[in-house]
Amino acid sequence: MKYVDEFRDPVLTGHLLRELAATTAAIARPLRIMEVCGTHTMAIFRSGLRALLPPEIELISGPGCPICVTSAGHIDTFLHMADLPGTRLAVFGDLFRVPGSNGRTLADARARGAKIDVVYSPTDALELARQNPDELMIFPGIGFETTTPAIAATILTASHQNIDNFVVFSTHKTMLPPLMALLGDPSLGLDGLLCPGHVSTIIGASAYLPLTGANHLACVVSGFEPTDILQALILMARQIKENRAEVENAYTRAVNWEGNARAKAMVDTIFEPADMEWRGLGVIPGSGLAIKERFARFDAQPRLSLVVPNTKEPAGCLCGQILKGITTPPHCPLFGRRCTPAGPIGPCMVSSEGTCSAWFAYGNESRGTQDS
Amino acid sequence: MCLAVPMKVIEIRGSADDFLTEQIAVVDVDGIHRETRLDVVDHWPEVGDYLIIHAGFAIHSLNPHEAAINLELMREMFAKMPQPVAIEN
Ligand code: SF4
Repeated sequence: MKYVDEFRDPVLTGHLLRELAATTAAIARPLRIMEVCGTHTMAIFRSGLRALLPPEIELISGPGCPICVTSAGHIDTFLHMADLPGTRLAVFGDLFRVPGSNGRTLADARARGAKIDVVYSPTDALELARQNPDELMIFPGIGFETTTPAIAATILTASHQNIDNFVVFSTHKTMLPPLMALLGDPSLGLDGLLCPGHVSTIIGASAYLPLTGANHLACVVSGFEPTDILQALILMARQIKENRAEVENAYTRAVNWEGNARAKAMVDTIFEPADMEWRGLGVIPGSGLAIKERFARFDAQPRLSLVVPNTKEPAGCLCGQILKGITTPPHCPLFGRRCTPAGPIGPCMVSSEGTCSAWFAYGNESRGTQDS
Repeated sequence: MCLAVPMKVIEIRGSADDFLTEQIAVVDVDGIHRETRLDVVDHWPEVGDYLIIHAGFAIHSLNPHEAAINLELMREMFAKMPQPVAIEN
């Protein structure tokens, strides 16, 4: 396929791997690099790159899987909304199987009669609202900057078309605040950040500039094909070798310096910054997006007078620490035993982009990293 | 929920300046045609361009020129190595 095969070319991959190995060998110390995006985590495992990378590179997964960072309190709120009379939920696929604080999932709720549809796009949810005017269609909004423009555009469509039985419960998050919070912690000892490809399509490569200053982190925006990731790692290794901390872009075909102005304007029309709870990271000021007062009739929270409960993580689950990059899945006593993709306990095992499910599917073929 | 692979535009409905009618691209996914909204795409695509799509909305349209520059940058990474090898597209 065009724009894909070229970036999976084994000859090019081989050249880039050798160049990377030569650069890291010259640094002669471990390089701790966080890949923020769950899609990167999966791509690195699935392509087999993880096993081929030079031994100096330690890859640490960060808080970039949207399902995984959704708090147990928010999952409980989704379950509560599904139980209310006269409601119907439309959810992104993986959310369906994430257990709430008492182990119950939306899949369980549906089995017991709640009306829940799995959709691919928020526009599908709006269409379901149109077809079922007697029900209140609730869309649990999860995800980062890549997803929020779609949600904002859908709310705007609902407003133009006066569809009154469609509401969004926003748990939308922005990427920079948790990175600033996490990476300010020197005990993580990070050298560089593999910046998420499609979040960067929206926010632009320049968004990472604050991390290069105080945190002195090498930031490189990367695509998702093997050559993209290798090119990004080479740029990163060269920065570390030369003790530079800059933002570089290895995904020029999809990302520019300023980002997607149209998408950002769409999000600003509907949403405003708000404090947001993250799984494992707690409440981070200004890291979320709330629906503006003007569009309150599409906001599930005031319309249903919802209060998000304070809940605990599932007992024994280390997702919170995994999302911060301070431990890896094999260190969780439940990993692969009581917690598997078929019977997940925490969200990091549910989502196909979750760190635990990536380790479960591919971990045995790869060398360990970090403290293993 | 994130699709990393760009998809080819085979038809466009609506226009960049007319927000009141639908703005839709039909893309080809392994022979299956799927509609994608163009409300938030960064620049208006042409038939034959490729789109990066999230949750049913295109967020970026790519053209061959951008892809070629990206590949060129990769090849420059090892151009200084002892035996440069030409790579065919
Ligand atoms: S293996 Fe399961 S229980 Fe352990 S951290 Fe991962 S999701 Fe949580």
